[in-house]
Amino acid sequence: MPVSNSYLQALEAESIHILREAAANFRKPVVLYSIGKDSSVLLHLAHKAFYPAKPPFALLHVDTGWKFREMIAFRDRRVGELGLELIVHVNRDGIGRGIGPISHGAAVHTDIMKTEALKQALGLHGFDAAIGGARRDEEASRAKERIFSFRSAAHRWDPRHQRPELWRLYNGRIHPGESIRVFPLSNWTELDVWTYIQRENIPVVPLYFAAERLVVERDGMLIKVDDDRLTLRPGETPQPRWVRFRTLGCYPLTGAIESRAATLSEIVAEVTSPRMSERQGRAIDHDQSGSMELKKREGYF
Amino acid sequence: MASPPPDLADKDLMRLITCGSVDDGKSTLIGRLLFDARLVPDDHLEALARDSRRYGTVGDSPDLALLVDGLQAEREQGITIDVAYRIFSTARRRFIVADTPGHAQYTRNMVTGASTADLAIIIVDARKGLLAQTCRHTTIVSLMGVRHVVLAVNKMDLVDYSEQRFAEIVAAYSHLAKRLGLASTAAIPISALLGDNVIRPSAAMPWYSGPPLLDHLESAGVEASDTQPFRLTAQWISRADPEFRGYAGTVLGGSIRPGDEVVVQPSGARSHVARIVTSDGDLAEAATGQAITLTLTDPVDVVRGDVLTAPDRPPHVADQFACHLVWMDEAAMLPGRPYLMRLGTATLTATVTELKHRIDVETGGHEATKQLALNEIGFANIALDRPAPFDVYDDNRDTGGFILIDRMSNATVGAGMIRFPLRRASSLPWQTFTVDKAARARIKQQRPCVLWFTGLSGAGKSTIADGVEKRLLALGRHTYSLDGDNVRHGLNRDLGFTDADRVENVRRVIEVARLFCEAGLIVLVSVISPFRSERQLARERMTEGEFVEIFVDTPLAECERRDPKGLYRRARDGKLANFTGIDSPYEAPEAPDIHLHTTEMSLEQEIETVMKALRNRGVID
Repeated sequence: MPVSNSYLQALEAESIHILREAAANFRKPVVLYSIGKDSSVLLHLAHKAFYPAKPPFALLHVDTGWKFREMIAFRDRRVGELGLELIVHVNRDGIGRGIGPISHGAAVHTDIMKTEALKQALGLHGFDAAIGGARRDEEASRAKERIFSFRSAAHRWDPRHQRPELWRLYNGRIHPGESIRVFPLSNWTELDVWTYIQRENIPVVPLYFAAERLVVERDGMLIKVDDDRLTLRPGETPQPRWVRFRTLGCYPLTGAIESRAATLSEIVAEVTSPRMSERQGRAIDHDQSGSMELKKREGYF
Repeated sequence: MASPPPDLADKDLMRLITCGSVDDGKSTLIGRLLFDARLVPDDHLEALARDSRRYGTVGDSPDLALLVDGLQAEREQGITIDVAYRIFSTARRRFIVADTPGHAQYTRNMVTGASTADLAIIIVDARKGLLAQTCRHTTIVSLMGVRHVVLAVNKMDLVDYSEQRFAEIVAAYSHLAKRLGLASTAAIPISALLGDNVIRPSAAMPWYSGPPLLDHLESAGVEASDTQPFRLTAQWISRADPEFRGYAGTVLGGSIRPGDEVVVQPSGARSHVARIVTSDGDLAEAATGQAITLTLTDPVDVVRGDVLTAPDRPPHVADQFACHLVWMDEAAMLPGRPYLMRLGTATLTATVTELKHRIDVETGGHEATKQLALNEIGFANIALDRPAPFDVYDDNRDTGGFILIDRMSNATVGAGMIRFPLRRASSLPWQTFTVDKAARARIKQQRPCVLWFTGLSGAGKSTIADGVEKRLLALGRHTYSLDGDNVRHGLNRDLGFTDADRVENVRRVIEVARLFCEAGLIVLVSVISPFRSERQLARERMTEGEFVEIFVDTPLAECERRDPKGLYRRARDGKLANFTGIDSPYEAPEAPDIHLHTTEMSLEQEIETVMKALRNRGVID
């Protein structure tokens, strides 16, 4: 490998440095594995950071019960190939109460099945650090997020009292019950992620590639009919359209984009000239301007 | 993006910081860079149009500053409140912009952003010229070792694009920069609002022949210095299998190849690099910035925090140094108080032994001071609990910069830049004596220890200590009593009652108690010692098990009622400042070894409780 100071190598090295700091600073860190492209990159970097040993982390997937079926299949296959420990956590209480995105809407579903579920899982297993793939370019409030981001014992983020972060020095000291969220991909963009996936040949969920899929148009979004729980409204008929997903979440809340980008290089070309930001397909962000900041303060990842 | 490059990965990375306030048009400038470079997605532009109507400050046009001011709270207040990082790319370069506010109370944010910056843009309003904040920004940029500085003279449209006005500001600034130790700066006249000389040359300023701002940002050098000596801090010791022992870390200076000799600091052990291991295969060479795993040819001992270094240009190894220190916490920095230090990957205990001066960032002048408050910058000597390897900050930011962490709150409270090593106590070897503490204790047939009575003034510390000492004496034990009031008549008569002086007062008492303990005595200390940090320090300075913290727990109201020395009355009357419990805090012990609830016990019971605890510890039979 030639010695070079290209920015993609600089980003890779920075992320590896952060992952090693996470391993060294915490008693029981965990990787929050969301199955998406950022998580795929994160796993790849973790493999590099600790090679020839295995990454000293388990993976945690918070399953809302509404993920695309292809995501779950991909998850189980990848985790098996990598030989890593996977913990799947479901908010049983939420399931018992019948919480879902269609019946309760994006806000309630996300709060109970994702944010609450994540807090439950972190508490249940006693994880003192949760490593996630969030990036600063995704959304305005993320731009202020630290790389080692402190959470109180109640999992709250206080954007006004964050620990200053200088040089490559990360402060991971916490009291019992408190935790740190670690974001090794903070300085990556969507384009970096795809360029890196292409360069390193990293497997991702096939939903990212354009194909003809059955979708309905709902509230301005193209929703994939992933199973029969998506009850159709009057006037809605599923139609085959050439679409792909820029982000993956709960299928009734995740809009597809019309695209013919069916290969990595086509995706890179598409992302290189974006007309729309990456999270435009996410219903969760659009309740109101600044809504991500509110959710993050409550403990959303 | 205007023109997508053929291979994105060939771009390099520049980190920059923008210095200025909202009034200078800082956020507007960054917004303009993003907007003109067509880096703003359509849905963000729609949100911008919507938000401009609601929060905007420029009438019907899109308020570009709103692209940058992220958090809801600050939009409502119309100010940027923290460090935010923006990422954008041009055909030639990837930029990470640290956006930090210019208000006086936010020096810490700017220091944070400047710590990793290759280039700083200092923004000046052409109408106002240089302000106090310009000096502040320049001082910080200089202290933080930012290599390139660009003076952006903004709002040229409001001074009729006057060449003369620009020249005046540039002349004044070059004088300031020289005085504050900045090597070279570029100056560009711009209008962020209208886009002049931001991305495109300005037709309104034909007299300016230099490049627009973006051209300058794209061409300033960011090369990692290959002339630095090799440095790698051990982050993680990799034991993939019983045979494999690798040292994972980031190359923080120079380069390394298999076969090169390395020295492990601070131990000084020597070995050679066997392999540079990565998952993409072994490397023939690794350079600054690369994250690698090294194996060595010899089984030398390396732990996290050690630094692997080039043998010919070693780092300093010392336990004291002089540094610039930026304070970042609401609670002031107190000389004598121990803090945790992160230096590279090592965690040390650090104490400011001498605060030389404070820097007035608005003039660059020096002032005498006893402590550092939030957002103040000082020059100080620091002592570590053990020798550590480091470089001078100007030689290497990563091995010469450190943060301080409060031991109680775990907050990051300070950041420092090492200027030069000090060779003091570390160069005086400890004299070893054959008669030691154990021998002195043996002849007295006792176990030495320190009984530390803490509590409010008037709680009854000295009375109980006196009672305990009498009982010990009756048992034939050798004791000594150190009383907080009494030491202030002699050893500590130069100290007052500010937080800084209280810390030093307790530090000296700790050291004296330690000496008496070394002499084999049972030492009784009665001192308010209001801060947990100093009591923690006392525990750490003694041998494990020797320190007994006794909390004489008398409620404030009861102490005030007793008021044996009339001090509370004087404090309430405003005749006595910094009185513990009144206008100076007392941090009660969370888990004392002995807890005496004095309102529920007689003096005799209190003394007996202490004696019983000493019997349980084997101090007395």
